[in-house]
Amino acid sequence: MPGIEGAAPMTERAEAIAVTNLHKRFGALEVLKGISLTAYEGDVIAIIGGSGSGKSTFLRCINMLEVPSEGSVAIRGEPIAMKQDGLGGLAPSDRRQVQRLRSRLGMVFQSFNLWQHMTIIQNVIEAPVHVLGVSKAEAVARGEALLRRVGLFEKRDAYPAFLSGGQQQRAAIARALAIQPHAMLFDEPTSALDPELVGEVLGVIGDLAKEKRTMLLVTHEMKFARNVANHIVFLAHGVIEEQGPPEQIFGAPKSERLKKFIHSSH
Amino acid sequence: MAADPASMIDWGLLALDPPGWGGVLLAGLMSSIKIAIGGYSLGLVLGTGGAFGKLYGGPVTKDLLEIYTTVVRAVPELVLILLLYYAGTDLLNRLAASLGYGTVDISGLAAGIFVIGVVQGAYATEVMRGAILAVPPGQIEAARAFGMSPLLALRRVTLPAMLPHALPGLSNLWLITTKDTALLAVVGFSELTLVTRQAAGSTKAYMLFFCAAGVLYLALTLVSNLVIRLIEARARRGWAAR
Ligand SMILES: Nc1ncnc2c1ncn2[C@@H]1O[C@H](COP(=O)(O)OP(=O)(O)OP(=O)(O)O)[C@@H](O)[C@H]1O
Ligand SMILES: [Mg+2]
Repeated sequence: MPGIEGAAPMTERAEAIAVTNLHKRFGALEVLKGISLTAYEGDVIAIIGGSGSGKSTFLRCINMLEVPSEGSVAIRGEPIAMKQDGLGGLAPSDRRQVQRLRSRLGMVFQSFNLWQHMTIIQNVIEAPVHVLGVSKAEAVARGEALLRRVGLFEKRDAYPAFLSGGQQQRAAIARALAIQPHAMLFDEPTSALDPELVGEVLGVIGDLAKEKRTMLLVTHEMKFARNVANHIVFLAHGVIEEQGPPEQIFGAPKSERLKKFIHSSH
Repeated sequence: MAADPASMIDWGLLALDPPGWGGVLLAGLMSSIKIAIGGYSLGLVLGTGGAFGKLYGGPVTKDLLEIYTTVVRAVPELVLILLLYYAGTDLLNRLAASLGYGTVDISGLAAGIFVIGVVQGAYATEVMRGAILAVPPGQIEAARAFGMSPLLALRRVTLPAMLPHALPGLSNLWLITTKDTALLAVVGFSELTLVTRQAAGSTKAYMLFFCAAGVLYLALTLVSNLVIRLIEARARRGWAAR
């Protein structure tokens, strides 16, 4: 059975995200073939694997941007209610529950996806004000503090198109932090960046990891994964081929596929 | 030598007060503008609903909307206006009669707005549909990922993000709408074209009055262009110069 144990709880830590036996099919193509993984509060889990191995799909199933074909997802112990969709698959049965849970999962996309018609500060306060109902004044105060943190305070009134990729991604991280997320989901946050801009974004993410924020991070940056994650998951052909602490995964990989993958990604 | 041509024009005919026809022409222009604004607004509402229905609706909705946009865009507007106006009022009257209201008096303005709105709605549907498709999917996906309901995402993200893509087409539609109002002359609505014909007919100063009407339509277009430019600048504020 692939990957059942998940990251071992160090003390009595609560479950932040629990995925059980997740399958995802696109038509005849089964991309995820039964994945179980638990992220406890404070876990930084890096998900690695070859292109097309299903990393993004897995991450997107957690907040139901993709609806799993089978299996279940629970956020902080609350299972996302699912029903049969009548076509042999599943569908969330409570849209409001999904929206509520999403509103506390900070997602950061490969292509930033900042809202282009809003300034940076407007992007950051959008979900707090319009989804979570925080007062505008409070959202702005918190948003400005977050922008200061990611080094973008002076850009607060600029529009995304006028920022570099690295700046946009840092703004997107501030936007995700602004909802005071239970967990952060990063999907290859540096893959769309010019090499010289990767460092500034990894720096911000590394700081978040040090604070023991719960995060799931899909990445191709092996060195970075090794440094910041406490648990590495290697996906291959829709299953967790191997997982464990970084020293073990990178220092003493067991599976042939993982050995090859680590070797090829240097 | 011929007389100075300018002296052959009786400018007094354009005076605002009778016997001048200036006031009548301006009133006609106001009617045209009222119909244009009303019809265009109705068209925008129909177009927005139509575009979302075509993109996200069920199969029946999609088919019905396809019929609507195809038929309206295939049939000449003049025919549509005659059809909708006479058939529409006839239908309303029968409906009112069967409900025991007797005949109802349908105001020309309301009928004009309805007719223009239905026609513009079909064109606006296609403009908006194209604009929605031009919004990068990641923008809408981010809205969903942050827990927005479909309606909130529509209001906060999709509509403002599609606006810059829709504006050129919508601006064009507005300019067409202002001129489409002239077609309502055939059903006897006192908009600018009809009153111009009346003025010209009773004074025989055809050249003068049709040129005057042309100038009024031109002025409407020029003012519209100014406003359109302001709106476009505002909608495109997030776009980097390219
Ligand atoms: N919406 C979709 N419809 C059909 N197939 C899809 C869809 N999304 C993903 N796939 C397929 O699922 C497989 C896994 O895709 P996914 O994007 O999860 O891979 P990944 O591990 O994130 O790859 P990469 O490193 O290139 O981002 C691929 O073969 C992809 O073509
Ligand atoms: Mg991916």
